[in-house]
Amino acid sequence: MNAGSEAVRRNSVPPTAADAQALEATWRDPPGAMGWLSAVNHKAIGKRFILTAFGFFVAGGFLALLMRLQLARPENKLIGPDLYNQLFTMHGTTMMFLFAVPVMQAVSVYLVPLMIGSRSVAFPRMNAFAYWIYLFGGLMLYVAFVLNIGPDAGWFSYVPLAGPEYSPGKRVDFWAQLVTFTELSGLLEAVILIVTVFKLRAPGMTLNRIPLFVWGMLVTAFMVIFAMPSVMLASTALIMDRLVGTHFYNPGEGGDAVLWQHLFWFFGHPEVYFIFIPGLGFMSSIIPTFSRRPIYGYTAMVLALIATGFLAFGLWVHHMFATNLPEMGKSFFTAASMLIAIPSAVQIFCWIATLWTGKLVFKTPLLFVLAFFVILVLGGLTGVMLASVPLDLQVHDTYFVVAHLHYVLIGGAVFPLFGAIYYWYPKITGRLMSERLGRWNFWLFFIGFNGAFFPMHLLGLQGMPRRVYTYPGDMGWSTMNAIASVGALMIGVSVLIFIVNVVRSRRSGELAGSDPWGGGTLEWSTASPPSACNFEAIPVVHGAYPVWEPRREPTHVAGLAVNSREVLTTTVLDAEPDTRMPFPTPTIWPLVSALATTGLFVGSVFTPWAVVWVALPVAAAMTAWFWPKRQDTNASVALERAP
Amino acid sequence: MATSASTLRWLAACGSVVLAAAVRAEPLQSVLAPAGPQAAHLKDLWDVMLLVCTGVFVAVLVAVGIALWRAPRADSSQRASLPQELGPQRGARRSVLSAVVASTLLLLFLIVASVFTDRALARLSLHDALHIEVTANQWWWEARYDDAQASRMFNTANELHIPTGRPVVLTLRSNDVIHSFWVPALHGKKDLIPGRTSTLRLQADQAGTYRGQCAEFCGYQHTTMALLVMAEPPAQYEAWADHQRATAALSQEPQAARGRHIFMTTTCVMCHSIQGTDASARRGPDLTHVAQRQTLAAGALPNTPENLERWIRNPQHIKPGANMPPSDLPTDDLKALVAYLGSLQ
Repeated sequence: MNAGSEAVRRNSVPPTAADAQALEATWRDPPGAMGWLSAVNHKAIGKRFILTAFGFFVAGGFLALLMRLQLARPENKLIGPDLYNQLFTMHGTTMMFLFAVPVMQAVSVYLVPLMIGSRSVAFPRMNAFAYWIYLFGGLMLYVAFVLNIGPDAGWFSYVPLAGPEYSPGKRVDFWAQLVTFTELSGLLEAVILIVTVFKLRAPGMTLNRIPLFVWGMLVTAFMVIFAMPSVMLASTALIMDRLVGTHFYNPGEGGDAVLWQHLFWFFGHPEVYFIFIPGLGFMSSIIPTFSRRPIYGYTAMVLALIATGFLAFGLWVHHMFATNLPEMGKSFFTAASMLIAIPSAVQIFCWIATLWTGKLVFKTPLLFVLAFFVILVLGGLTGVMLASVPLDLQVHDTYFVVAHLHYVLIGGAVFPLFGAIYYWYPKITGRLMSERLGRWNFWLFFIGFNGAFFPMHLLGLQGMPRRVYTYPGDMGWSTMNAIASVGALMIGVSVLIFIVNVVRSRRSGELAGSDPWGGGTLEWSTASPPSACNFEAIPVVHGAYPVWEPRREPTHVAGLAVNSREVLTTTVLDAEPDTRMPFPTPTIWPLVSALATTGLFVGSVFTPWAVVWVALPVAAAMTAWFWPKRQDTNASVALERAP
Repeated sequence: MATSASTLRWLAACGSVVLAAAVRAEPLQSVLAPAGPQAAHLKDLWDVMLLVCTGVFVAVLVAVGIALWRAPRADSSQRASLPQELGPQRGARRSVLSAVVASTLLLLFLIVASVFTDRALARLSLHDALHIEVTANQWWWEARYDDAQASRMFNTANELHIPTGRPVVLTLRSNDVIHSFWVPALHGKKDLIPGRTSTLRLQADQAGTYRGQCAEFCGYQHTTMALLVMAEPPAQYEAWADHQRATAALSQEPQAARGRHIFMTTTCVMCHSIQGTDASARRGPDLTHVAQRQTLAAGALPNTPENLERWIRNPQHIKPGANMPPSDLPTDDLKALVAYLGSLQ
C-alpha cells in the first residue's frame, strides 16, 4: 500500500466514526493565527463576512442617528453642511455597497452549500479573496471618512457635481474606488454562487427541488453579473475624468451628464432587487417551517423570482423622470415599473395561502417575517405611486422617497434578514437565541421603524426635499421630524438588544440540536454547528423538503475520499452524479493577493502609475496562489480512475 | 354603479381630508395644496392612487390577519404535512389566482390614470404664454424675462413674479451642476442639467406666494436654494414688470450716494450687476431692484437692512460655502453700502 492508495480509501455506508474524524481533519482550516488568515472553509469565511457586514450596518446606522439628531429640530446648528453631506453619502454608500448586498452574499456563502448538500462552495480560495477585498474596501472608505476625506457627493455621485470641477480633492475618488472594491467582490461571489448551485448540488436535487432561498440567490447572482459591470464602467469613467483628464461626463467637451445617470441606475435599480430577492428567499424559508407545511405554489414562486430578475432591468429610468428624456419613453418605464409589482404580489399571495392552510408556530423568526406584510406591502404600494411619471414629478427627491425606499429595503430585506438570523443562528452556533430578548428586539424595531419612516411620507408631501442639512422652523415640518428622530432612536435601542442577544446566546443560549425548528431543508439534517465537511455522507435527495420526506433508498452517496478534499459535482438540470473533483486546500495567498490588489486600487487614487507598478506584486501573489503543489498533484492522481 | 362611483369619490375626499389634517395645511410648499391646473391634475392623480393603494393595503392585511386567526397553532416538534397529504388545494388556488388577476387589473387602471394625467398636463394651452429663462447656479436662481423686444427683457433672481390665469413657460438651464426646479403648489419638478435645456409649463390660478426649493442635491448649500413665486393679478404683474425694466433708482441721499461709490470701487462690482450703472458682472445675482425682494441669498434670510449688513459682513456665517466672500469694509462704509442697496427699489 503506498500513500496514494491510502488516500483512495473511501467512506462506507453509513460513515463510521473514523471516517467522520478523517473528514473533519481533511476539511478543517489549519489552527493558529496563520491558519486563521489562510482559511478557505466556506463557513469560516461566511461567518466573517456576516459579522463584517453587520459591523458596517451598525456603523451606517450610527451615521443615520447623527443625521436624525441634526434634523430633530429646525435650524439646528449641531452639524454643518460639510459633515452632513459626508454623513448621508457615507450612510447610503455603507448601507447599499457595504451592508445590504454583501450581507446577502455572506449569508448564502454560509448557507447555500448546507442547503444543497455540498461540502463547500465552488472556488473556495476565490471566496476568501472576495471577502478580503470587501473588507479592505470598506476599511479604506472608513479610514478616509475618519480623516475627513469621506465622500460627500451622495451615494449616487451625480456628475458634474462629483466631477473634477465641482468636487476637487480626493473625496469622490475614494467613493469611486470603493465601488471598484465592492463590485469586484460582488462579481466574484456571484460567479461562486452560480457555479455552486449549478454544479455542487446533492444527487437528486433536481431544479424543481432547490430550496427557494437558493433559487433567489441564483437569480440574484445572475443579476449581479449583468448589472454590476455597468456601474464599474461608470465609476471607472468617473475616476478617469477626475484623475487623468478624460471628458466622459463633461458637457463642455462633448461628454454628457445624463450618461452617468443611465449607467448608474442601470445598475442601481437592479441593485434594489439584489437586496430584496434574498429577502424573499428568507421569507420562503421561514414561512413553511413555521407553518408546518411545504410552500404553496413552488413553481409559481420560482417563476416569479425569475420574472423579477428580468423585469428589474427595465425600470432604471424611473429614477430619472425629472430629466428631459422623451415623455413617450418615460411612459414605458411607468408601465414596466408598475408591472414588476405582479411577481411580488404572486409571492405574497402564495405566502398568505401557505399561512392560511398551515399550522402556525409563533416564534421570533415568524414575527420578523410577518412584519414584512405590513412594511414591504406599504413600501411596494408607494413604489407603484412613484412609478407614475406625473406623480413622481411631485414626490421625487423628497422625504416621500426616503420613506418609500426604507419601507422597501428594511421591510423587504432587513426584517426578513433579522428573522433569518434568529432562524439560522442555532445552526451556526449550536445554541438558540433568547425568545424574550427577541420579542423586545422585534417590537422596538417594528414600532421604531414606523415611527421613524411613516412621518416621512407626510414630510415629502409637504415639500421637504431630501439631502438637506436643516430646514426653516416655519415650514410645518418640525413635529414630524422630531417624531422621526425618536423612532430612529428606538431602532438604535432595538439593534443594541439584538447585539446583546447574539453575544449572550453564544455562550448561554439553550442548546439547539440539529433541527430546533423542525425545518425541512438539508441544512437541518446535519449537526449544529456543522462539522468542517458539512455532511459526513453527502445526502441523496428525494423531494423538495428532504428532512420531512419519509426515508428512501439510497439515503446518501458513497465513494468519496475522506483523506483528501474531494467533492461530488452533479449535472445542472437533474443533479445526477457527474464527476469527483479535488478541491483546493487553505492558503495564505488569497489574503496576500487581496492586499496587493488593495494597494493597486488605493494607490491609483493618488497616481495613475500605481496601476502599472502595483500590478507586479498582484501578478506575483496570483502566481504563487495558482502554483501547483506536488503533494496535491499526487493526491489527485491517486484518486483518478480510468473510465 | 353611479352610487359606487360617488362612494369612491367620497372615500377619496375623506382620505385627503384626513391626510390634509395630518399634514396641517401649510400651503407654502405643499403638494396637497395646488394653486394651478398642473398641480391640481397631480393632486387628483394622488387622490386616485391613495385610494386604490389604501384599499389594497387593507385587503392584504385583512387576508394576513384572517390567515393568522384561523390557522391552528402548533409547535416545532409537530410533523410537517407533505404535498401528497395536502391534496390539490383548489380553494387556495382559486383565491391566489383571483388576487393576482385583481392586482393586475388595478395596476393597469393606475397605468391608465397615470397616462391620462400626463396627457392632461400636456394640454395646457400656451396661448399668450409668458416666457421666463431660469438658470440655476450654486446656490441661487437667475431669471430672465423674455420679450419679443430685446429692450423689454429684464433679469432678476430668486423671486419670480407671474400673472395669474396666464400660462408660463420656463426654459431651464444650469451653469454648473444639476439642480431641480420645484414649486409644488404649481407643478412637479424638472431638472436643470448643464449642457441641456428643458422646459416646464405651468400656470397659477390663485394669487399668492408659493415657495419652492432646489430638489436635486447640488452640493454644499443645496439646503439653502429656495425660490419664491408670487402669482399676482395681471395688472399688478404688469406694473411690477414695468418697474423691473426700469434702470436702478439713483438716490440723491448722501449716505446712499456714498454707498454707491463703495459698491463701484470695491469687490461687489466684480460679481454683481445693477442696470443703469457700470456694474454688469454676471457671477452673482442681479441687484437692480434688490430692495424689493423678500429674502436674501436664495431664502437664507428675510431682506431687512440688519440682515443685509450681516450677510455682506460674513456670508459664510449664514450660508457656509456660498460663493460670496466675507467683507472687511469699515462699519461706516458697510452701513452706507446697505443704505445704497436699500435704495434699489
